[in-house]
Amino acid sequence: MIRVGIADMNLVTSPDIIRTCGLGSCVGVVIYDSVKKHAGLVHVMLPDSSLSRAGQLNVAKFADTAIVEMVKRLQRKGSRISSLKAKIAGGAQMFQFSTGDLMRIGPRNVDAVKEQLHALGIPILAEDTGGNSGRTIDFNPVTCFLTIRTVNMGTKDI
Amino acid sequence: MHLEKMSTFQLDVLQEIGNIGAGNAATALSTLLNRKIDMKVPSVRVLSFEEMMEAAGGSETVVASVFLRLEGEAPGSMFFILPLNQAEFFIHQVTDEVNFSFTNPPYSEIALSALQEVGNILSGSYLSALSDFTGLTLLPSVPSLSIDMVGATISYGLIELSQMGDFAILIDTILTGSDTSNEAIQGHFFLLPDPDSLEIMFTALGVSSNE
Repeated sequence: MIRVGIADMNLVTSPDIIRTCGLGSCVGVVIYDSVKKHAGLVHVMLPDSSLSRAGQLNVAKFADTAIVEMVKRLQRKGSRISSLKAKIAGGAQMFQFSTGDLMRIGPRNVDAVKEQLHALGIPILAEDTGGNSGRTIDFNPVTCFLTIRTVNMGTKDI
Repeated sequence: MHLEKMSTFQLDVLQEIGNIGAGNAATALSTLLNRKIDMKVPSVRVLSFEEMMEAAGGSETVVASVFLRLEGEAPGSMFFILPLNQAEFFIHQVTDEVNFSFTNPPYSEIALSALQEVGNILSGSYLSALSDFTGLTLLPSVPSLSIDMVGATISYGLIELSQMGDFAILIDTILTGSDTSNEAIQGHFFLLPDPDSLEIMFTALGVSSNE
């Protein structure tokens, strides 16, 4: 089991499984190569690296930079960009109050992830986004199933 | 302000903020439940996001959390976090839903709104003490309750901070109480000042931020 923390990314090769826990407004993006049976998972926290006011950029934190970096890593492992596919989950609205940018962060993350994948020509084959529940996700690079667990709605594979 | 470079004295000042805020909240809780409530010495730590999740019980652990945003002169985020069995205990104490359990969704509206109101009262008393102590105007948002994984909920308190870097400063205070029924109360207050707010708090208290 390979674990990915918040604002973090990692790669997995069969027979291992990759997991990230407790996605709320964050989005888990799996980019995989079903032939080579390897995949990458990013736990994206913010939509765009232009939001960063830090000197040093953690590329895994932002949808735009994280997806570009993950694709580069998969290319270094021998995947062609045309054989990559994606599955995504997360982007919930955990708290039901007030307006403001902070409360809209989940949907904004989902939009930014989709935009970046689209720009790179990577198709999204399945998604489980929005709602108001936290998610823990596992990806198996052999079956290419993304398993999603929520607190009150059990487990499902997409 | 670089979180990693805070002096011991500055950390002590933040600990005192936790002391005063949570002390006031403990009194409010004691009145509400009509029992003795103690509080532990606050811990002030600079943590990575992953360590933050651990401090709240681990990213996949399900907790009841009341979250509010602070606006005004020193913006930040605040959580009141209870393990589920503690949240059930609170609900049993303040409503007549004595059999309420989180294992049987959907949950009763009254139970949840009572829990949210407890969080509201406690964070309100924490913040009014903090406001009196610093002389700063703090405007809390309407609090919101979530029963879900730590990672999914606490990450809301990191959104502002994460635009500045990969660390958070956490002022963590634990309220505890027990009685003859052997049911201990244990709730965490998390205060997460936005990065720019630290300097504002230090200035308001006459502490040099370059110490």
